[in-house]
Amino acid sequence: MKPMPRHLSEAALVALLAGLLTVPILGIQIQVEGINVSLEGEPWPVVLAMVAVFVARLLQVPLKAISSLVHITHRLSLPTHLPKAYFLGLLALAIIAAAIWPFTASRGSVDIATLALIYVMLGLGLNVVVGFAGLLDLGYVAFYAVGAYGYALLSMHFGLSFWECLPLCVIMAAMTGCLLGFPVLRLRGDYLAIVTLGFGEIIRLLLNNLDELTGGPDGIGNIPKPTLFGLEFARRPSIEGGTTFHEFFGLDYSGADTVIFLYLVALVMTLFILYVINRLIRMPVGRAWEALREDEIACRSLGLNPTTIKLSAFGFGASTAGFAGAFFAARQGFINPESFTFIESAIVLAIVVLGGMGSQIGVILAAIALTALPEMARQFAEYRMLIFGLVLVLMMIWRPQGLLPATRPRLELPVREEGSS
Amino acid sequence: MLEFSQQIINGLTLGSIYALIAIGYTMVYGIIGMINFAHGEIYMISAYIGLITITALTVQFGVENVPLILLFTLAVSILITSAYGWTIERVAYRPLRGSPRLIPLISAIGMSIFLQNYVQIGQGARDLSMQPLISGGWRFGPEDGFQVYLSYMQVLIAVVTVLFMTALTLFIARSRLGRACRACSQDLTMTNLLGIDTNRVISLTFVLGAALAAVAGVLISLYIGKINPFIGFEAGIKAFTAAVLGGIGSIPGAMLGGVILGLAESFASAYLLTEYKDVVAFSLLVLVLLFRPTGLLGKPEIEKV
Repeated sequence: MKPMPRHLSEAALVALLAGLLTVPILGIQIQVEGINVSLEGEPWPVVLAMVAVFVARLLQVPLKAISSLVHITHRLSLPTHLPKAYFLGLLALAIIAAAIWPFTASRGSVDIATLALIYVMLGLGLNVVVGFAGLLDLGYVAFYAVGAYGYALLSMHFGLSFWECLPLCVIMAAMTGCLLGFPVLRLRGDYLAIVTLGFGEIIRLLLNNLDELTGGPDGIGNIPKPTLFGLEFARRPSIEGGTTFHEFFGLDYSGADTVIFLYLVALVMTLFILYVINRLIRMPVGRAWEALREDEIACRSLGLNPTTIKLSAFGFGASTAGFAGAFFAARQGFINPESFTFIESAIVLAIVVLGGMGSQIGVILAAIALTALPEMARQFAEYRMLIFGLVLVLMMIWRPQGLLPATRPRLELPVREEGSS
Repeated sequence: MLEFSQQIINGLTLGSIYALIAIGYTMVYGIIGMINFAHGEIYMISAYIGLITITALTVQFGVENVPLILLFTLAVSILITSAYGWTIERVAYRPLRGSPRLIPLISAIGMSIFLQNYVQIGQGARDLSMQPLISGGWRFGPEDGFQVYLSYMQVLIAVVTVLFMTALTLFIARSRLGRACRACSQDLTMTNLLGIDTNRVISLTFVLGAALAAVAGVLISLYIGKINPFIGFEAGIKAFTAAVLGGIGSIPGAMLGGVILGLAESFASAYLLTEYKDVVAFSLLVLVLLFRPTGLLGKPEIEKV
């Protein structure tokens, strides 16, 4: 144990540094009134930051000692060796609970849950790209935008319904993904990240500037909601001679029906994606994704073509985003380029990273947490993205594998004991 | 012809700024092979520090000597911004040394989001504008036709950029620490074995990169006179484009790439549509990475098994 004064002086130095850093940004505020610019001092945030850093620095050593004693947190992961029947029963129970829940909950929370499900879909899709295939995609939102605008434009110009557009949007997003991915995937990982980032920005700029096609910054409005086998959820049918849901079943019209229906559609879509991904990762292509992430050279020497495998992961991730995007457009009824900024990509990435790359249950829980928490803590809305960024950094330092890391069932050869043959 | 030369002037001005930021990317990448995603935010922070210092000097203390204001602002901004560069490396990247490539990159993205929102909370999200410190310039060309305008500010940007670039080049080429930097970019482990404190050299590259970004930030807040917490993101990607264009890891490459990008953008906004100047920059990035991933002056990276 080092003498205490050294800790103190170190902590004091760090606190001084924190003061130097925060004074110009937090401590002095620029006030602009007309053409008069003046400065206003605000000492409290700086003092707070200095004290916080000082205390954190002092506590660093004891905290490290404690965390080295406690190993349990690092081993926290879901049991993987559940019997299959047990697991299926649990899954069925969870699905039934998720399906019944909206009928008992308030309209607002069902709406938030629908949003959470959109993020679950996006997270699951990006998880395939980042978690399974190990490709960092920072322009994921571009494919989300392709899906959303695809549905909005198809329904506006050709009058196609949501269910007709859904597969088309998926195909469009997958094609965009492959088109972009094909030349780029030869590049090393971090270049890929920047190219996808640039591509995401290009898509957003195009959406903003191609006024005649996309409506520019004003976006597209009046996007029809999904229907239940042609039954609309509205007070009156929008087309002459159409039937609405409440007329068909002889119920009273209620706005909550639409919200619950949208939630259920999102739930079904999420389950569909989950099913597809779980089939895929057990297929050779899914195995190849993970193998490629672990060792590209080994894969190549085993005769796998890295570019095709990466492309399939990239294309699949893109199609999932397109799928979610089409639903997003239908739910909002209005889209504009503001919904597809880099921050959106970063949020989805944070979901994947927080949940644990490659861990589907982790991603689902992280998506729900990251959408539900900000809604609950509205007074901290200003600090949402600040905490977001901080969490990304801290996660990478302390737990890069995520909160619920993926565990693979592994088989090991039994160690042969001396004398037995 | 006159309009053409006007675009060259504008392009060179913009390019100098990009080049200054790009050096930060290229030096860090050259030594530890990571994209310092938060570098753009450093530039944004320095623009704020510059604006605050200038306001403090002119409004609060009533200093009127322009060169004095300029020197003092540059010094303050370089000092604090370098401290930011050093701290970011120490907090967000050093603990991750030796982990897979994506880990520090994600950490850098987190840092970038954090800094952007930190400034937004401290200073507000609105545009801040300021009175130009140095106004006026020279006009060339016919009285009644198109005149080429070369402002004093543009000349200042060019001079300051050249000055700092020369200083950096000399530092890297001549000084002991510069030699250590070059050694680190060739082989980090070997340099370490030879008794050079590589952690110190890495910190130094972050500090140098941040210092140059600080110069760019101060110059831009004087030139455009309008800043907000989001300028770092765009400038960061563009400067990264410049670094890749010139060949990432190569300092002269970053300078060249910055100038080329500035010119391309300036011509795109003059002869195509202004709205598409960003599209041109990003397309340039994608194209360079596709056809010449090593950039104009970069060396090909050999994949070691």
